Amino acid sequence: MWNRIHALIIKELLATLRDKRARIVLIGPPLVQMFIFSFAATLEVKNVNLGILNEDSGRPAYELVQRFRGSRTFSEIRYLRSTDQIRSVIDDRQVLAVVHIPQNFSRRLLAGETADVQLILDGRSSNTAQIVQGYLSRIVDGFNHDVAARRGVSLPETELVTRHWFNPNLEYTWYTVPSLVGLLTMIIGVVITALSVARERELGTFDQLLVSPLTTFEILIGKTVPSLLIAGLDGTLILMIGIFVFQIPFNGSLVSLYISMFFFIAAIIGIGLFISSLAHTQQQAFLGTFAFAVPAVLLSGFATPIDNMPDWLQPVTLVDPLRHFMTVVRGIFLKALPPEFVFANTWPMAVIAVVTLTAAGLLFRLRLE
Amino acid sequence: MNNGSWRRLRALIGKESLQIIRDPSSILIAFVLPLVLLFAFGYALSLDATGVKIGLVLEDTTPAAQEFATALTHSRFFNVRSGHDRREFEDDLLAGRIAGVVIVPRYFSERLARANATAPIQVLTDASQPNTASFVENYVRGAWQTWQLLRAREQGRELRQPVRLQPRFWFNTELDSHFFLVPGSVAIVMTLIGAILTALVVSREWEHGTMEAMMATPITIRELLIGKLVPYYVLGMGSMFLTLFVAVEIFHVPFRGSFAVLCLVATVFLMAALGLGLLISTLARNQFVAAQVALLSAFLPSFLLSGFIFEISSMPWPIRLITHIISARYFVSSLQTLFLVGDVWAELIPNMLAMLAIAAVLFAVTAGKTVKRLD
Repeated sequence: MWNRIHALIIKELLATLRDKRARIVLIGPPLVQMFIFSFAATLEVKNVNLGILNEDSGRPAYELVQRFRGSRTFSEIRYLRSTDQIRSVIDDRQVLAVVHIPQNFSRRLLAGETADVQLILDGRSSNTAQIVQGYLSRIVDGFNHDVAARRGVSLPETELVTRHWFNPNLEYTWYTVPSLVGLLTMIIGVVITALSVARERELGTFDQLLVSPLTTFEILIGKTVPSLLIAGLDGTLILMIGIFVFQIPFNGSLVSLYISMFFFIAAIIGIGLFISSLAHTQQQAFLGTFAFAVPAVLLSGFATPIDNMPDWLQPVTLVDPLRHFMTVVRGIFLKALPPEFVFANTWPMAVIAVVTLTAAGLLFRLRLE
Repeated sequence: MNNGSWRRLRALIGKESLQIIRDPSSILIAFVLPLVLLFAFGYALSLDATGVKIGLVLEDTTPAAQEFATALTHSRFFNVRSGHDRREFEDDLLAGRIAGVVIVPRYFSERLARANATAPIQVLTDASQPNTASFVENYVRGAWQTWQLLRAREQGRELRQPVRLQPRFWFNTELDSHFFLVPGSVAIVMTLIGAILTALVVSREWEHGTMEAMMATPITIRELLIGKLVPYYVLGMGSMFLTLFVAVEIFHVPFRGSFAVLCLVATVFLMAALGLGLLISTLARNQFVAAQVALLSAFLPSFLLSGFIFEISSMPWPIRLITHIISARYFVSSLQTLFLVGDVWAELIPNMLAMLAIAAVLFAVTAGKTVKRLD
């Protein structure tokens, strides 16, 4: 039996790696994606264009404008001359926000009254706009603080002291790169498994395999192990780039990570085999892969947090292996996640693997009969 | 074109349309998958943090600290769990069960009473998720400011800010992130039809040799390309109407532009998307490779490099440069404007010109590659 499995594994590896284009597809795209997406998938806010309409000629208004200019968030400051211009620069996205300082600003400020400053933001990018509003109000807070100090007001009563654990400077790549280790490994794993069986099916070689002396279990192993090896190698490559090229701190245990990765890839291959057991053509297999991968990425919390999803949707994320593995990878990278927490996120993946592999096996046998 | 050409073209379009209708998987991609994706995007993607789970540790239980705790609990952004020891929450923070911990330290009221000292309130965040971490910080700051104002009023002194910023968010006053995410999803769904479906179907024809069979007929390259494109254009527009309906009726996203302009912009975008699909299939001529390339060059860029979720201006310059050759970038931006603002020609015209340029290049390359094959 082991001889047969061994032969099958060799055959599968050869079938996948023999084609030059297929080899390129296994190595090239993950690398390109790794580099582009690590930098692109960011919710940080930088290089924003800001419009300023200053209708006040007083010194305090000038000082406030200087503070906005000094902020590194804004790459370009547009000075507007009239309120009519606000509409057009916002409408065609020349600026994300306009600060409007009214005529009476300095007079009210010097009289000790509250001077209002209007801030108009483009709600088409409400997330970015909110973050920009946060930056601007911090600048205004600083300005207020200095005005109060000059007026001789005593220290504030309380203050907020924030510590960002695990990632003190809120580096966005520290989040994206470990997440991509999971995401890219998943895409490779599911694509090679789902498409390899579908291709054999389309060419008719899968039927030959089914009528050979191999048992369903042996075929299943023979299909799983090569995919496991290839996806594992790709995962390792991405991991190494994350650690050595992007220099993301790796604080946890490599052993825990690999144990968890093993069950993650097994679950992914189970899903890939399940898809291919349903699909009759490569096209259907590709669509199945797509129909699985997109929701899996969305539900993993990679793009937007799981906590923001509606309550009925949050439990659904528990059947998504990527959700569990992303928690593990990010945890091991940044938090040196202790084994018991790794285990808590790994057993659900093991369950998913057992269920999907069994289902795929049953469906293959069904086809045989 | 002469009469014969029209007849051939009509026959060709008829043949391609029949092929689509008879292949259940095409219908699946054109109608079922767009709906599934739009619902997945609409429900699973949200940047509106409400009910972020945080821990609150009151080491000091004096009235001042309690009042602050109340202000924090009443914030609609948080789902607060209280405890007495900060160590209780350290494991939760490690496991990612909470996004942050707010600590009112033991010496808080003592410092508060002293005139020459500032009483600190500590905020710890789980910055392994940086966006959530900065939102936790901002929202705690908001609750803290509310509490300060309340406290000043109770003590009978007015806390007067010298300068007050009055923010107004145009086009999306409720700051609902679905208002920009759902229009963006329409672009992704149409990329799926235009580029991926076309790439897969045409590469299958190359693989099966039916494309060569077509070439042996008197049909010219131009007719062949148009014949392939028209049915998929119709499918793409069909899925656009479907997703527009879902966006407006189910997700309640306002549509402030005009329908005719939307059709125009969508047509221009589909030209670029179909062109990409054709080019991929012509170059790959193999379904496995075409599928991979379509995923890599059409779907993922439309998701990640279009400004749909991730702001293009925040990306480093080499990547910003790449986004200029991604047609979805112009389409996402136009869709957001058409839905939320209206027909802003100053933005739409440059976007359409860019998409037309991309389409022209793609078609030119495809036509060149297909001719070579005939020789």
